[in-house]
Amino acid sequence: MALTYDEVISKYEPVLGLEVHVELNTESKMFCSCSTTFGAEPNTQTCPVCLALPGALPVVNATAIESTIKIGLALNCQIAPYSRFARKNYFYPDMPKNFQISQYDEPICFDGYVDVEIETEEGSKQFRIEIERVHMEEDTGKSLHVGGATGRIHGAEYSLLDYNRAGIPLVEIVTKIVPGTGKYAPEVAKAYVAELRDILRGLKVSDVKMEQGSLRCDANVSLRLIGSDVLGTRSETKNVNSLRSVERAIRGEMIRHAELLNEGKKVKQETRHFQEDTGLTRSGRSKEQAEDYRYFPEPDLVPVAPDATWIETLRAGLPERPSLRRKRLKEEWAVPDKEMAAMINADVLDIVEATVLLGAEPTKARTWWLGEISRIANEKETAISDLSITPSDVAEIVALVAAGELTDKLARQVVEGVIAGEGKPSEVVAKRGIKVVNDDGALMAAIEKVCAEQSETADKVRNGHIPAAGALIGAVMKETKGQADAARVRELLLGHLGH
Amino acid sequence: MIKKTAAQMSASLTSGETTSVALTQSHLDRISEVDSKVKAFLHVDGENALAQAAKVDAERAAGKKLHPLAGVPLALKDVLAQEGVPTTAGSKILQGWKPPYDSTVVSKLKQAGIVILGKTNMDEFAMGSSTENSGYGPTFNPWDLTRTPGGSSGGSAAAVSAFEAPIAVGSDTGGSIRQPAALTGIVGVRPTYGAVSRYGLIAYSSSLDQAGPFGRTVLDTAMLHEVMAGHDPKDATSINAAVPNVIAAARSADVKGKKIGVIKQLQGSGYQAGVLARFNESLDLLASLGAEIVEVDCPSFEFALAAYYLIAPSECSSNLARFDAMRYGLRTGDDNGASAETVMNATREAGFGREVKRRIILGTYALSSGYYDAYYGSAQKIRTLIIEDYKKAFTQADVLVSPTSPITAFKIGEKSEDPIAMYLADVATIPVNLAGICGMSLPAGLADEDGLPVGFQIMAPAMQDQRLYEVGGALEAALVSKWGGHLIDQVPALGGAK
Repeated sequence: MALTYDEVISKYEPVLGLEVHVELNTESKMFCSCSTTFGAEPNTQTCPVCLALPGALPVVNATAIESTIKIGLALNCQIAPYSRFARKNYFYPDMPKNFQISQYDEPICFDGYVDVEIETEEGSKQFRIEIERVHMEEDTGKSLHVGGATGRIHGAEYSLLDYNRAGIPLVEIVTKIVPGTGKYAPEVAKAYVAELRDILRGLKVSDVKMEQGSLRCDANVSLRLIGSDVLGTRSETKNVNSLRSVERAIRGEMIRHAELLNEGKKVKQETRHFQEDTGLTRSGRSKEQAEDYRYFPEPDLVPVAPDATWIETLRAGLPERPSLRRKRLKEEWAVPDKEMAAMINADVLDIVEATVLLGAEPTKARTWWLGEISRIANEKETAISDLSITPSDVAEIVALVAAGELTDKLARQVVEGVIAGEGKPSEVVAKRGIKVVNDDGALMAAIEKVCAEQSETADKVRNGHIPAAGALIGAVMKETKGQADAARVRELLLGHLGH
Repeated sequence: MIKKTAAQMSASLTSGETTSVALTQSHLDRISEVDSKVKAFLHVDGENALAQAAKVDAERAAGKKLHPLAGVPLALKDVLAQEGVPTTAGSKILQGWKPPYDSTVVSKLKQAGIVILGKTNMDEFAMGSSTENSGYGPTFNPWDLTRTPGGSSGGSAAAVSAFEAPIAVGSDTGGSIRQPAALTGIVGVRPTYGAVSRYGLIAYSSSLDQAGPFGRTVLDTAMLHEVMAGHDPKDATSINAAVPNVIAAARSADVKGKKIGVIKQLQGSGYQAGVLARFNESLDLLASLGAEIVEVDCPSFEFALAAYYLIAPSECSSNLARFDAMRYGLRTGDDNGASAETVMNATREAGFGREVKRRIILGTYALSSGYYDAYYGSAQKIRTLIIEDYKKAFTQADVLVSPTSPITAFKIGEKSEDPIAMYLADVATIPVNLAGICGMSLPAGLADEDGLPVGFQIMAPAMQDQRLYEVGGALEAALVSKWGGHLIDQVPALGGAK
C-alpha cells in the first residue's frame, strides 16, 4: 500500500548513516606518481604500481596524508598518532591487485562532528552529525560494459577496463548512526553533504564535484517505531550523485521501508542503486551474507605516524568553517536572508568577499556579481568563475563609479568590455572613450537645447510639476550619450527651471 | 677461467688479462655443456649478456672508471623483474610475461655493469625448499644429480656451484638463499629486511621476502651484497641508512674477542650426525681463532615454523590475488562469452601448482573473519616473541650460529609428497626472517655419512650485516687453510670443466 511521507513519519523514526567518498585533488595517485587528471584517454595514466604488475610496490603520497589530516581537523576529529593501512581483499576486474589498500581498525582520524543548520517552518534548527572515522584508501578502475541494454554487466557482450582512476586517493568520511532527525532526515542529510562539500572546498583538498564523482555519498537508512530503541534493518543506497538526490533517495527509502514494515515484511540488508529518473532505488547485491574481506595490515607500507607539531601547524592553518563564515559575512555586510541565500546558491560568496577585501562596498560588490555579471554568465552558459573578470576589476569599477567617473550605465559597458577581453577597466574606459560629462557648460548647453525642444514639458516643471523633469533628464542623458552624471543633470535642470 | 672467484675475474678484467666478452662466452659455453643435466636456468639470455659484456669492454678500453664487478657474469633468480626478459617466478601463470620495467636490484646490477646471463629456476613463487615446485621441472644438485639443490633459490645456487656463474642473486623468505647455499656447498646471504629493495621482486610474503647474494667465497658474496643493497624510495619498507661495509668486513675476517652464541634450540634431535659434526668442528675452529663460544636460549623458536606457515600463506593469499588473467600472464577459459569470474577461476586453476594452491587456501582460511585472531593474530604474537628472544640473545653474543639445514641435500621426490617433512628443512633459517634480521650460510665441509655439503649459519642483528662477513670470512679462511682449498673445488666435474 502506497504511503505518504506524513504517514511514514507519524509512525516511524528514521536512523541515518552516511558514508561520503571524496577524491582528493593531489597531482599524483595515492601510491604511485601517475597523474590524476580527469578525462584522459583510457589507460594512459597507469604504471606498474597502479596496474599491479608483479613485483610493483606502493609508496604513500605524503600530500594525501596531509589533506586527510586537514579534513579530520576540519571535522573536529582526533588524529591518530599511529595508524596503519590494511588490505581489503576481494576479486573484481577493475581492481588490479584484487585487494584495495584502505584502513580498517586504525583510521587516521576518528571521533569528530559537523553541525548543520536547516530552515524549517519553526525556524532554523541545528543538528549535530557525529563522525565515526575519516580514513584513506585508493579508488578502483572503471568498468565499461558493452553490448547489453542497460550498460550493466548483466547481459553485456564484453567489458572494457580503464585503470586511469585506479589508485586515485580517496578519503572516506563515515558518520556514526544519526538518530533524532525525525521528519527532517532527508533535509539534514542533504545539509550535511552540502556542509561537507563546503568544508572540503574551503580546504582546497578536492574538486568536490558530485556529477564527476569526486564526491560520492552512500546513504544508509533504517526505520524503527517511534519510541523504540532497537535499530531496524538498513539499506545502503549508492549512486547518489547530487545534493537533491541525497534528499530524494532518503525520502524514497523511508517510504519503501515503511511500506514493507506495514505489510509485515522484512527489510533486506542490501546495497541499492539510486535511479535519477524515477527517484527510486533498485536492488543491488544482497548483503545478507556478510562479505569477508580478510582485512590484515598492509605489509608493503609502514605505519603513518604524523608528528604532533606538524598536526598543530595544519590546525593553525585551517580556513574558517563555512557555516561560521557565512554567519560572519551576513552580519558584516548586513545582507538580508534572501540575498544571502541567493549568493550561496549562485556560489559567489568567495568572489564577492575577495571584491570587498579589495575595497568595494559590500552591497555594490554583491549587486555586480549577482546581477549584471551573473546575467552575462547565464547568457554565455558558462560559470561566473570562467569569465575573464576578476574581483579586482569589479573593485576598480565600483571605485570609478563612487568617484563619479562612471555612471552605473557606463559601468555596465565597462563590465561588458572587460568580459569581452578588452583589458582592465581603465583600459576599457580609455579604448572606448567612455567618460562622464562633468563640464557644466556642456551640460547647460544640452539642457537649454532640450528645454527649447520640449518647451511644454519645461513649463510644467517651471509651474511646480517636478516629476515631469524625468523626461527632460532622460533627453539630456541621451543628448550627452549617457556620459553625464544624472544627479548633476537633475540639479542643473531644476536650477535652470527656477527651483 | 670459470673456476676463478668473482674477485679474481674482476682482477683479470682490470689487468686486461681477459675481456668480459670472453668471460661471458666461457660461462655461456659452460651452461650449454652442463645445464641440460643441472637445469639451473629457465631462460639463458646469451645475446643480451654478450652485448652487455661488449659494452663494458668498450668502456674499459675507453678508460672509463668501472665498478669492480663490471663485466663479471651473474645468474638472476626468476623472481626479479627484468625489462623485456621473460620473468615467471617459476610459475606457469606467468609463462611468456616480459616485464616493462626493471626491478631495483636489476637496475643496480646493470648500473654496476654486471652481465646478467639469464634467469634461474625456483620453486613456484618461492614456495618450497627443493626447487621441485617449479612449474618448469626441478633443478638438480651438481654434487649429486639425483638430489635437490634445496630451494626456493635452487637454480641460482646450482648455477654457482656448477660454475655456470660465479655469483647469483636469490631471494630468502624462510631460508630460500641460505638453505640451497648449504645444500650446494656455497655462500649465501639473506641481508637485513629492508636493506635490499623489494621493488620488482615478485612478492611471496611481503614482510619476510628479501633478495640477497650467492657466491663461492665470502668476499664474492660481499661484493655482490654491496651492489644490491641501499635505500630505495620505491620501497616503503626500505631502510634509509648507509649500507654496512661488508667488503671491508669480509677482508678483515676477524673474530678475535667476538662472542659467538650457539642457539640451544637449533641443534640436537632432528639434525643429521654429519651436520652436527661439521658444525661443532667449525665452532672449535672459531674458538681457536680467539672467539668466545657461549650458549644462548631462544625458547620461542619452537613455534617459529608454525608462525611462518600462517604469516607467509596469509600474505601470499593476498599477494597472488593479482594473477587473474585480466592484464598479463596466462588466460584460459575465455570462450563462449565466459564471465570474468569464470576466466579468473579457470586461469588460477590451470596456472598455479599444488603447493601454491595449498598455501593460498591456508592463508585465506587463516585471515577469515572468526579465525583471524586464532591464526594470523597468534602468529604475529609469536613473531614478537622471537624478536624478543633474538634481542636478548644479542646482548649475550655478537653473532648467533647454528647449522643452516638440519640435513644435507635430499633425493628428488623424497619429500615432495610430504609437505610437513619439506617444511622442516627450514626450521633453522625461518627465525631470521620472522625477526627481520640477517643471516649467512657458508660451507662447513662434507657430512661423513653421505659426502654432501653442510652449511654453517651465522646470524646478526638488523643492519649489522658486516658481522656476518667478519665471522664468515674468518671461518672460511681457517677452513680453506685446513682443506687446502675451497670446498667447491671438490664438486663433481659434470661435463668436464675447462
